[in-house]
Amino acid sequence: MYEFDWSSIPGALPFLWDGMKISLVITFQAVVVGIVWGTILAMMRLSSIKTLSWFAAGYVNLFRAVPLVMVLLWFFLIVPRFVETLLDFPPGSDLRLSSAMMGFALFEAAYYSEIIRAGIQSVPKGQIAAASALGMTYSQSMRLVVLPQAFRNMVPLLLTQAIILFQDTSLVYVSALADFFGASYKVGDRDGRLVEMLLFAGAVYFVICFSASQLVKRLQKKYHPA
Amino acid sequence: MGYQWNWGVFLSPSASGDDTYLGWMFAGFKMTIALSLTAWVLALMLGALVGVLRTVPNKTLAGLATAYVEMFRNVPLLVQLFIWYFVLPELLPTSIGDAYKQSHPVMQQFLASMICLGLFTSARVAEQVRAGINSLPKGQKNAGLALGFTLPQTYRHVMLPMAFRLVVPPLTSEFLNIFKNSAVCSTIGLLELAAQGRQLVDYTAQPYESFIAVTLSYVLINVTVMTLMHKFERRIAVPGYIGGK
Repeated sequence: MYEFDWSSIPGALPFLWDGMKISLVITFQAVVVGIVWGTILAMMRLSSIKTLSWFAAGYVNLFRAVPLVMVLLWFFLIVPRFVETLLDFPPGSDLRLSSAMMGFALFEAAYYSEIIRAGIQSVPKGQIAAASALGMTYSQSMRLVVLPQAFRNMVPLLLTQAIILFQDTSLVYVSALADFFGASYKVGDRDGRLVEMLLFAGAVYFVICFSASQLVKRLQKKYHPA
Repeated sequence: MGYQWNWGVFLSPSASGDDTYLGWMFAGFKMTIALSLTAWVLALMLGALVGVLRTVPNKTLAGLATAYVEMFRNVPLLVQLFIWYFVLPELLPTSIGDAYKQSHPVMQQFLASMICLGLFTSARVAEQVRAGINSLPKGQKNAGLALGFTLPQTYRHVMLPMAFRLVVPPLTSEFLNIFKNSAVCSTIGLLELAAQGRQLVDYTAQPYESFIAVTLSYVLINVTVMTLMHKFERRIAVPGYIGGK
């Protein structure tokens, strides 16, 4: 039988915490940029200007058809070379964190835009009619009437997507960036305690994501007591 | 930028000598399809079972099914994959663990990937099956019981035939996800599509062509699955429901 030895965890905690900070930073900025860019994409998709709605539809469908791993590989292997030549960075500068953030934000925006589009479409048409009857312009009715209601309905879905995104940040492993999972793996590999470190990482993710999803459930009951 | 495009690179003989780089890509493509389809069968069987268990009146069974779903939904796929691949063989009884470790490396990677993807997806399938069963009018179950069916008979002859037809559209998106998620298995060295793409970058020094080809292959898989599932959805749609005739 395998003999467990958990002794490498306590000493590694500061390193693991540094990794967790990277995971959280990537998650946070991808959520913020994803929601902003996703909102713009959703409004483009619903726009009556054909070019805009085609562009948004193409963007969303392309990103949703390709695996996140593949998108991240694009951003780790291809985009940095491109950026280095374009912006004249010294070759070999560490762009891993910034390209990870860019990749996640652009990828998540496609998923957020679908949630937001459904949210906008769930607002009754009479609301827009009422807004225009009051003399509001299109952008005023969007900003002051439609989007506030849409976002209120979407909060649980947006948060659930953020939990999924937090789990997906572990995929920066493909760039050897030491996020929480990458850090756990490195420690386990160094000490020959991969079994313990992987189980520990799984347990930490479980506790965080399970508690967060329970909170979202409560929030949902509070706003939509069905 | 001075980049030399060269699409002919796919036809040039590969580093291993007995194949072209196009052959490598095709091998990866086949691996992705084989892995996703076998994992999907596993996911459907387990997911249907667990989804049904979540709706039964027996508290213990329903609780176990809920625990199963929560466990697979709240741990990242990558972590699950590493646990199947690196951790489980160590924890198995020595004889089984050793037999596994002595099997062919590709076999080990494929087995771990298939079980991982299958179980991960089964939790999501279970949620859809549960939602499908819960969306049925209560009268159906009551009518079945009133006709003298036992609870298992009511499930088998009344509720499940309806529920399984209703969940096909939401399952389509899970089916698409399993192909995309299979790319995660490149991290343990399984030579599927994404891994072949990465290998091509290293060997051919034509990164753009390799990545564009791999990305388009995923788009192709996506479009094919969507078209086929759409046909299937229309065939089995329940008349009277949205999407039905």
